[in-house]
Amino acid sequence: MANWYRFSSPQTFYPLAGRMVPWFGGAAAILTLVGLYIGFFVAPTDAQQGESYRIIFIHVPASWMSMFIYLVMAGWAAIGLGFNTRLSHMMAAALAPTGALFAFLSLWTGALWGKPTWGTYWVWDARLTSELVLLFLYIGYMALHAAIDDTRRADKACAVLALVGVVNIPIIYFSVQWWNTLHQGASVSVTRAPSMAAVMFAGMLVMVFAFWAYSIAVALARVRAIILERERHATWVHDLAGAAA
Amino acid sequence: MNWGSAAEFFAMGGYAPYVWGSYGVTALCLIIEPLVVRARRRAALARLKAVEGAARRTANEATA
Repeated sequence: MANWYRFSSPQTFYPLAGRMVPWFGGAAAILTLVGLYIGFFVAPTDAQQGESYRIIFIHVPASWMSMFIYLVMAGWAAIGLGFNTRLSHMMAAALAPTGALFAFLSLWTGALWGKPTWGTYWVWDARLTSELVLLFLYIGYMALHAAIDDTRRADKACAVLALVGVVNIPIIYFSVQWWNTLHQGASVSVTRAPSMAAVMFAGMLVMVFAFWAYSIAVALARVRAIILERERHATWVHDLAGAAA
Repeated sequence: MNWGSAAEFFAMGGYAPYVWGSYGVTALCLIIEPLVVRARRRAALARLKAVEGAARRTANEATA
């Protein structure tokens, strides 16, 4: 059995992450091209919404990623708290900006879809408000980390914040069932067949995988930068910089 | 094929500002973020090299 603990050391993870970035980045690019092709050229015009519905090909994947990245970030934070592993906290910190970006894109594309469809960019309904809270949680995580000089203490404080914030994820997900929201119910669910045309669903799913690959690539690239910043006193980092010089 | 011409494609059935506003900002964000991350790693490496170079010069002066 492979010794997975080996990769919990920043020194062994740094080159491994470096090798994985181009693969996930390449996969993201190819999947995006396929997804956009299906979304714009294969999927037909929606009978009710016209062409404005094409926004969902990025809105739904961005929204899912914003929630999923938060769960992964909180998972790394929990592992970091429990096992006191530096790399776990670095992974959590590497995911926060990308998660914030997807939360913002979810709100942005949602607003631009809402205007022609609902007649308004924004309403304070449960789904939209809880997604906005998610964006603030990401921003709060990053701000808290930046505000504490001692990195180890910052890691722990941020991990607690990330874990407390997890309560918001089911609120976002179930908000359309729990409350009477302007936002419609889920078009796609794990328990039943999607309530949309198969080709539209396929295009959306490809974009989900594209965003997934993108997020992994960017998070791995960012964790490499974080490793260099935080381990700058380590001998192997100096050897690396010396070899590159 | 949904579109009779390129103009029809860009018009998006009258929803052009909404559709292209969504896709444009998303594309912009997903292009800028990797560049920012790359710049961050390069800056970290450049700082390390500067420190490394300074340490080497001091060592050379000491032995000279």
